[in-house]
Amino acid sequence: MTSLHERPAVGAVGEAIPHESAALHVTGAALYTDDLGVKMTGLLHAWPLQAGHAHARLIRLDTAPALNVPGVVRVLTAADVPGVNDAGVKGDEPLLFGENGPSEVMFHGQAVCWVLAETEDAARLGAEAVVAEYEALPATLTLREAVEQESFQGSRPTLRRGDVAAGLAQSEHVFRGEFECGGQEHFYLETNAALAHTDEAGQMFIQSSTQHPSETQEIVSHVLGLPAHAVTVQCLRMGGGFGGKEMQPHGYAAIAALGATLTRRPVRLRLNRTQDLTMTGKRHPYLARWTVGFGADGKLLALEAELYSDGGWSLDLSEPVMARTLCHIENAYFIPHVRVRGTVCRTHKTSQTAFRGFGGPQGMLIMEDILGRCAPRLGLAPEELRRRNFYAPGQTTPYGQPVKDADRILTVWDTLLTSSDYAARQAEIGAFNAAHPHRKRGLAVTPVKFGISFNLTSYNQAGALIHVYKDGSVLINHGGTEMGQGLHTKMLQVAATALGVPLSTVRLAPTRTDKVPNTSATAASSGADLNGGAVRNACEQIRARLAAVAAGRLGVHPDDVRFEAGRVFAPGHPDHALDFAKLVHHAYMERTQLWAAGFYRTPGLHWDREAMQGEPFKYFAYGASVSEVEVDGFSGVYSLRRVDILHDVGDSLSPLIDLGQIEGGFVQGAGWLTLEDLRWDTTDGKGRGRLATSSASTYKLPSFGEMPEVFNTSLLERATETGVVYGSKAVGEPPLMLAISVREALRAAVSAFGPPGRSVELASPATPEAVFWALDAARQTNPAQAVAADD
Amino acid sequence: MDQIEITLNGQTRTVSGVLPHTTLLGWLRSQGLTGSKEGCAEGECGACAVLLSRPTEDGGARLESVNGCLLLLAGLHGQEVTTVEGLGSPLALHPVQHELAVRGGSQCGYCTPGFVVSMTAEYYRPEREASEHGNGFELDSIHGNLCRCTGYRPIRDAAQALGQPAEGDRIAERLTRPASPPQPTALATAEGEFHRPETLAYALELLSRHPEARVLAGGTDWGVDVNLKHARAAVTVAVEHLPELGTLEWTPGVLELGAGLSLSELERRLAGQVPLLHEWFPQFASRLIRNRATLGGNLGTASPIGDSPPVLLALGASVLLVSGQGEREVLLDRYFTGYRQTVRRPGELIRTVRIPLPLAPVTGFYKIAKRPLDDISSVAVAFAMSLHGGLITDVKIGLGGVAATPIRAHETEAALLGKPWTASSVREAARVLKTEGTPQDDHRASAAYRAAMLEQTLLKFFAEQAGAEVTA
Repeated sequence: MTSLHERPAVGAVGEAIPHESAALHVTGAALYTDDLGVKMTGLLHAWPLQAGHAHARLIRLDTAPALNVPGVVRVLTAADVPGVNDAGVKGDEPLLFGENGPSEVMFHGQAVCWVLAETEDAARLGAEAVVAEYEALPATLTLREAVEQESFQGSRPTLRRGDVAAGLAQSEHVFRGEFECGGQEHFYLETNAALAHTDEAGQMFIQSSTQHPSETQEIVSHVLGLPAHAVTVQCLRMGGGFGGKEMQPHGYAAIAALGATLTRRPVRLRLNRTQDLTMTGKRHPYLARWTVGFGADGKLLALEAELYSDGGWSLDLSEPVMARTLCHIENAYFIPHVRVRGTVCRTHKTSQTAFRGFGGPQGMLIMEDILGRCAPRLGLAPEELRRRNFYAPGQTTPYGQPVKDADRILTVWDTLLTSSDYAARQAEIGAFNAAHPHRKRGLAVTPVKFGISFNLTSYNQAGALIHVYKDGSVLINHGGTEMGQGLHTKMLQVAATALGVPLSTVRLAPTRTDKVPNTSATAASSGADLNGGAVRNACEQIRARLAAVAAGRLGVHPDDVRFEAGRVFAPGHPDHALDFAKLVHHAYMERTQLWAAGFYRTPGLHWDREAMQGEPFKYFAYGASVSEVEVDGFSGVYSLRRVDILHDVGDSLSPLIDLGQIEGGFVQGAGWLTLEDLRWDTTDGKGRGRLATSSASTYKLPSFGEMPEVFNTSLLERATETGVVYGSKAVGEPPLMLAISVREALRAAVSAFGPPGRSVELASPATPEAVFWALDAARQTNPAQAVAADD
Repeated sequence: MDQIEITLNGQTRTVSGVLPHTTLLGWLRSQGLTGSKEGCAEGECGACAVLLSRPTEDGGARLESVNGCLLLLAGLHGQEVTTVEGLGSPLALHPVQHELAVRGGSQCGYCTPGFVVSMTAEYYRPEREASEHGNGFELDSIHGNLCRCTGYRPIRDAAQALGQPAEGDRIAERLTRPASPPQPTALATAEGEFHRPETLAYALELLSRHPEARVLAGGTDWGVDVNLKHARAAVTVAVEHLPELGTLEWTPGVLELGAGLSLSELERRLAGQVPLLHEWFPQFASRLIRNRATLGGNLGTASPIGDSPPVLLALGASVLLVSGQGEREVLLDRYFTGYRQTVRRPGELIRTVRIPLPLAPVTGFYKIAKRPLDDISSVAVAFAMSLHGGLITDVKIGLGGVAATPIRAHETEAALLGKPWTASSVREAARVLKTEGTPQDDHRASAAYRAAMLEQTLLKFFAEQAGAEVTA
């Protein structure tokens, strides 16, 4: 058997093929959860009653009037729950309110009860008819309010290395600062949806738009009081997930399942956009207060910081998100002395959750913001300050993990600076800026180092179930879900390669918990690493059995049998090949098992989350990007003129898919940092706690106009990742953080409006308004005041 | 009548039991055509896009992409609708579908049918011509479609790789024959009435009988209310098809624009002859919206952040109101009376918008929003000015987003009138402009930014026109 990273000379991995469902996507034939109920008879529709208070006590809930609305069949309240009335795994997310149930409303828009009706309109009118009375309670909304009130939840881990006090004392330059960044709405185009029905034996079948079918199954089981084997969850595909469907779908699936159980009819639940925006969690906003020390040479010596994340009303995934923030606060830079504490705040808002990068982006952003602000005060160009601080081979992270392939940071950096013509463009921009008083351009480069694997070691396992049918066709079941990231495409390529068959003979079955149990979320960028390992493992078991059958016929040792493109032959004799399908048929006749369960667990991981020490990651993904922007001095409006990216995906399993992940992640990251602006009503008025940006017309995500005019993306060459399926690397999350260069380019352009050497502070998101205020401040600065003394 | 006729993907169907608030998208999906998706239900994301066939002057038809979530099914009697399912199948992809599929233009696939539809409309646009600069594909046609996965680059590449329809192309062939315009409709249902009156006289009669009726001139605003606010009207009257609202006439003193013309049609037919409008059109929502939205609708809803009022105020426009009692012309400056309130009386329709001629020669439009394209204005400012011998002889400035109504910046105009068009007088006037209106803080922008933008846009206008340097 070859090692996991080796790939044969011939095989489908590495081919640049389109998404496996592309032809279905473009014709509208691809089905999503809410498309599946359309032709079902007796389908009921669910609609929530959403509380209109950020924090309140529900003092009366009268559902009787809803039942008088024509078409209303039932109202679900706490009294209907046979099992555990909770939508999460921490016991802090009550699912339904009502008699003998919970009464404390924790955020504006929280669902109190759900109405089931023959039509969506009837369900909505039913919800409007429900009488709910509340007693308003004081609400904590902003991070600053929460910090002031010490409204915290969960553990408060501290990442430690060395002696920060000593490090700061040795530092030639010590700076202090504060930074706040906003959250981000996932805005998957497909909102949360679930469709539930029961079979003749009372088994629950739920189709759910979920990244974590096993956990959806677990939550539905505990809500219904059923064992897991009585609940099956299927996910055909999602119309986008981005982390937003890792934890959030469970409660909605449970409502549909409860409704189906009680009415014995299929129940459909689909959040409309406003419901999805006002009810589901988002990326965590952060507040950081930091002190950083640099040596005379600009080398980082010490970092001390207090980080606060806005977890919203319940814990959800906020603790592991904070753990990943702490594990990425140093990004690509070696810092000998570190003490950073992370605290999750409780506010009366949606419960913030996983979002592509999972806390990593916030940590890296805090560090890149520090470097962007400190570079002028150190008298260094930002790219020079960054370069001086990169990890060198042999160094370890503050949490004690050796930085594998640390030399790749510099390789990526220098290659990209050359290919993007950085130095020459910097000079051109200087000339442009000198000639244009009202328009300034900025150029910046930032690195990405991102740890791959779930921080929690036990999640790093996956299963697959591969069938080879008598005609030689192959069916793959694996535990990962498809949300557009191309996991299924990669799994088809892995299976075809491992079995040595053409892609056209391999099909993928929908992800279902009754095929592969106890799966981990398709998250942490790990989908292809984990499930690919399991698929390959299953295929190799089958191939070994087939090799034994072929060996006799070909007159060679089983280990020497070659499988290539649907032909099976002895080395050097491709002309005397057996057809794969024929071999399968022989194997069947000889009573050979033609299916296999595959399993993979990432070796070598360990993590002590109390001490925040260990080796939680299998490896790091590296990348860097160069962004060039132009800012209009009258308005702060800017355009992204050119982006160059060099990114490390190992040996790509599927280059077209990986390219799409890099470009798409970048634009999504740029949206977070420059445009997407979640606003809550923080006044003391009646609407306090209401999400003010609760629709597509008020929450703007990148559109065509935000795409870089010139967009060059390359994959790092000669980048085989040993120990990972076919030498590849994870790609889902890391490219999002490449977008930090857009923000730093904006900082550079803003700086050009003021005197040289001035430190520029920029809000995040850097909306046109934020950029305008920053450049206005730069313009107003007297050159003499530009270089501030150290704090 | 209790049924309508609609041609769907080439097949004519009779639809019974049509309710006045059922959207085309909702109906399509209920028919099992689930390729069209609901992403936002307010015309922002384009996942619901479908094609409407519109008759052309030369007896053929053109395909227009529209938001299926905002169109009411009842309004489509007699019309021809093509959905993504009507273009190709997985085994026989349409060229647009093929280019998107092979170039990685779809990831999760949920927005993809909408992109296919918008791209298809552009693919068959009669005016699209290949040149040495490319295939003539205007990317503006897909700005109303949002994708959260790809970052758009492969979609752009797919659009730019498209050729011309092949000889014998089924859809191109269909477009050589006329499309049916919307047909008169009168539906009386348990949920209310829906009318598409045959004549203006009948429309006015209906409005006098039902002064509370919801008038639709495109319906891109009403569709949002129906979907998001669950608004319902007892009587709905669609008017954008009426010939009297479809005029476009140049007379020596006035340019008269039909209030029922879609902005796309206006843009096409004006062909740049009103530079300020030419600059403004692409900044008004998306192509999907402009294919339906009308000046009458935008002025009828009278939102303080509607984008046509600042421009029309700067052009010195008036509206021609018509009712059973006759017609009256109201200067747009006098038209708005309060938040979404106007002098338009119940039973009155906006028939046309009149722009006095000759046009002021120096104009500019500035829209400040979080996102440059397809976003709602934080502030919108339009300038129209005449200069003589270096002096400002006439100036009108229209503002949006800084008061309960769109307003003219009268004090700033006064500060500029008769002054030399120089940096110092502009700087002084910009300070006055900064104080116009009563800007508010909201999720789009702070009051301070809005005020600053008023000042800055005049400085920018001057810098662009004069090529001179002015700083505040």
